[in-house]
This record gives sequence, C-alpha cells and structure tokens, in this order.
Amino acid sequence: MTTIIWVAVAIVAIGLYLSWTAGRLDRLHARIDAARAALDAQLLRRASVAQELATAGVLDPAASIVLYESAHAARQAEPEQREVAESELSQALRVVFAEPGAVAEVAQAPGGSAAITELTQSVRRVPMARRFHNDAVRAARAVRRHRVVRWFRLAGHAPFPLAFEMDDEPPVPLTADGAGSHPAG
Amino acid sequence: MRIGIVCPYSWDVPGGVQFHIRDLAEHLIGLGHEVSVLAPADDETPLPPYVVSAGRAVPVPYNGSVARLNFGFLSAARVRRWLHDGAFDVVHIHEPSSPSLGLLACWAAQGPIVATFHTSNPRSRAMIAAYPILQPALEKIRARIAVSEYARRTLVEHLGGDAVVIPNGVDVDFFARAEPKKEWQGGTIGFIGRIDEPRKGLPVLMRALPKILAERPGTRLLVAGRGDEEEAVESLPPAMRERVEFLGMVSDEDKARLLRSVDLYVAPNTGGESFGIILVEAMSAGAAVLASDLDAFAQVLDQGAAGELFANEDADALAAAAVRLLADPDRRTELRTRGSAHVRRFDWSVVGGDILAVYETVADGAAHVAADERTGLRARFGLARD
Repeated sequence: MTTIIWVAVAIVAIGLYLSWTAGRLDRLHARIDAARAALDAQLLRRASVAQELATAGVLDPAASIVLYESAHAARQAEPEQREVAESELSQALRVVFAEPGAVAEVAQAPGGSAAITELTQSVRRVPMARRFHNDAVRAARAVRRHRVVRWFRLAGHAPFPLAFEMDDEPPVPLTADGAGSHPAG
Repeated sequence: MRIGIVCPYSWDVPGGVQFHIRDLAEHLIGLGHEVSVLAPADDETPLPPYVVSAGRAVPVPYNGSVARLNFGFLSAARVRRWLHDGAFDVVHIHEPSSPSLGLLACWAAQGPIVATFHTSNPRSRAMIAAYPILQPALEKIRARIAVSEYARRTLVEHLGGDAVVIPNGVDVDFFARAEPKKEWQGGTIGFIGRIDEPRKGLPVLMRALPKILAERPGTRLLVAGRGDEEEAVESLPPAMRERVEFLGMVSDEDKARLLRSVDLYVAPNTGGESFGIILVEAMSAGAAVLASDLDAFAQVLDQGAAGELFANEDADALAAAAVRLLADPDRRTELRTRGSAHVRRFDWSVVGGDILAVYETVADGAAHVAADERTGLRARFGLARD
C-alpha cells in the first residue's frame, strides 16, 4: 500500500514539474514574440525616418540616393535577407552622417531637427530592441536544450528560436559620445 | 505611462541604489508619468508620496556583511497586492538577484519587466547554488540594464544573456550651479566617502599624504564622510594631522559646494565599485579628478581623458600625480573643461530618456504587468487535488 502511495506522490510531483516547465517555456516563447514585435517596430521606424530624410531634399543628391536605396531595401527585404539589408542601412546611415556638419545641416532645414531627434532615438532603440530579443532567444534556447524538455517534447511545435544578427552600430554624431548638441530622448 | 519601481534596500538607509531610484522616480514624475516605488521601510519613517512601504527589512548576514532584506510570506503578499493595485505598464526591478524584494517581485509578476543590475559582485558560491532557483525568475525579465560596461560583463559571465548599458544619472546642473565656499578653497584636496571602509581607499590617500605635503606644504585635505576620525589619521606624523580636516556627514548642498571648491578631487577606491557616481558628481561640479584605475572608474573618466588615473593602491603613484596636478593649473583647467563636457551624457535628461526608451521598447503592444497566477503554489496544489 505504501509503495502505491509513494509511486502516486512521485507521479504527481513529476507531473507538477513538467507542467511548471511547460508553463515556463510558454512564457519564454511569449517573451520572444513580444521582443520580436518590438524589434520589428524599431527597424521599420528607423527605415521610415531614413527614407523620409532621403526624399526630403536636405541631403546632397548622392547621399539621398544611397540612403533611399538602403532604406527601401530594408523595408522590402524578405525575412531571409532582412539581417543583411538592415545591416546595409546601418552602414549607409554611418556613411551619410560621417561627414562633420551633416547633422547640423539637416537640423537647420525646416522640420530637420525633429527628423534628427527621431533618427537619434531610433538608432539607439534598434540595438536595444535587438539585445532584448537575442537575450530572450538565449533564455528560451537554454531551457529547450534541457533533457526533460526534449524527452517530453514540452516545446511542442514551436520553431527553434533564432537570434537576429545584424550590424546596428549607430552613426557616431548621433550618439551621446558624438554630439552633445543633440541629446537623445 | 504607469511605472512601478522596486527598490530592494531599506528606504531609511542612505545608499547609492536608493538615491538612484529616488532621482529616477522624481525625474519620471516630472515628465508626467505615474510612478509608484515599492521599498522596505520602517513604519515610522516619513516617506515621499510615491513610495509604498513593503514592511520592515530584517538584518541578515549575507554576502560577507549584514544586509537588510525583505522576504517571507508577508512581504510576498505585499508585493502581490502592490502589483495588483498598480496595474503597471512596466515594472522596473533593481538588483533582481539579491534575495529581497527584487527577487520576490520577479517571482510574482508577469508582463513587461525591466531590471537594473547595479553591483558587479564576483561570482559567489551562494549564487552558483541558487542559480536553478534564480533562473526561472530572472528569465521573466524582458530587458536588462547594466550601469556600466564592467557591470554588464560580470552579468554576462554570471547569468548569461545580454544587457544594455545605461549609466546612473546625476543632476549635473545642481552641482554645476553650487556656490564655492571660501574656506574650502586654496590648495585643497577633497575626499568623500566612508572613512572606516577600506575599499573607499582613505588609507591609500593617507599613505600618500606625507609625500604630497613634503612637496607642497600648503596643501589641505578635506574629508567628508562617516567614521572614526582619530583612527583615520593614526598613520600620519602628528605634525601633519592638522592638515587633514574632517567635515563629517555633509548634506547634498554641502557636498556640491565642496566639490566646487576643491582644487583636486581624489577617489582612491581600491575595489567593489561598479559605477563611480561620485566621479560624475565631481566632474559635474567642475572639479579636476584623480582616481584609481578601476575598470568602472576608467570608463566613467573616458579612459583618462576626462580625469587622471593612477595605479590602484599605489600610494606613490597617487602622490606623484597629485603633486604634478596641484602644481599645474593649466592641466587642471583642461581636465575641468573636458570633464564638464563629458559629464553631460550622465545628466538625467539623457539617462532618463534612455530608460524611458527601454520602457517603451518592452511595453509597446504588450499587456500590462499582472500578478503571475501560474506560479501560485496554492493554485498548483489545488490543481493537483482535482
């Protein structure tokens, strides 16, 4: 009789542990979804501001074309090419704003300072959102690699989470290190 | 935005984290956000209107010293009630890995949680043992903030994952506008910090002082901070003791005035610093700074561009640098100018903007923070009996 009770207790305990782990994994997947949505929003926002700047006629024609091309490509990219396209937009932004005085020149144009503020914010927020996303991915992967999770297939059909890798280095004049004249936020 | 902030340390005891939370809360309220801070506090302590008491913190030996922590059923219940009543868009937990309110809040909440890691403790055995317990709570955190690149590195080593670096904020103008005090000027060196805490480095400065006085006999050392003053000057020859002036605990205003007045501010800390807010305050006040070359300090001082560094715990190097700086007003002016420009990034207008950006990034489109019913132990047992 006692054996049966002990077996029953063990089964209940294992069941509780499995259900708790499944709940934990579910929460992690929800966190990845939210982080991915936030990253998506920030990337789109950055591409939109870049495109706006490119078509506003405040930059010289060559810079405008470079910026427009990469912003357009980043917005239209297929999921598989997205990391590359977004990295190219980062590079284009760095090249366009590498020239000393480019920021000041844009800021002088009508509506320019608002655009610079928005761009400053979004080049700061893209790396933030990407770090939060990849941190969520790492946490989920750590749990999914666990033996118990694999044996009992607790992850269900959720795809194995992938990190988003890109070059998100902001242009120096748009960071706190570069220019004190345009504080972020 | 409705923002809940969890402070792990007693509100009655002054400390870096508490001041940071107070300034952050007031900055956010100033911007029109609704802020509630949950902090341990004695019942008699007068609290600002935005602070909710989580009960008295209990002194417990932890991590080599006596820490005042909150745990137990009562605290957990108060955390749950605060989360429930607050209906926050985002909850910002400070020091989530210390066994206090931070960890309790992490257990009890779900939704957009932001956490700031202040300390960079070396990996302790307790942390390794507690890892399986901590991990399920810590993985609920949507966004991690480290106060310095150094703190971020230790965080990555200990817990894995990544964090964004947002420094601690300072009200730069408060220090920049302070009025210098006549009697604190003229060949003075400043030191602020606990006298009896060796890690703050006063002993190193005391060893260096005879050499500094030998070269520049007119120098005075002004020391602000708690501790045994007799014991602090014991190592000095009696003739030199009168060159050291103890000011005791000083108010925020006097601290700013002191930093405005001194010719040189020395931070000889020997370790245990993850940020170095005092250096930021000194630079805000326009003081020339000489600091030990701790990782965190080197970063705050822009690798030595905004203030000079000397080899940690090396009293001779400290003395040599101090003598050179005291004799060279041009170099001090250069350091002041560079420091004042560099320090703008630590102003609350910049730091607060960054922290809000983090809030918005995690809260965008997400439901607000709610009590996490899924981990409720009682609910689980109720479920098991069915």
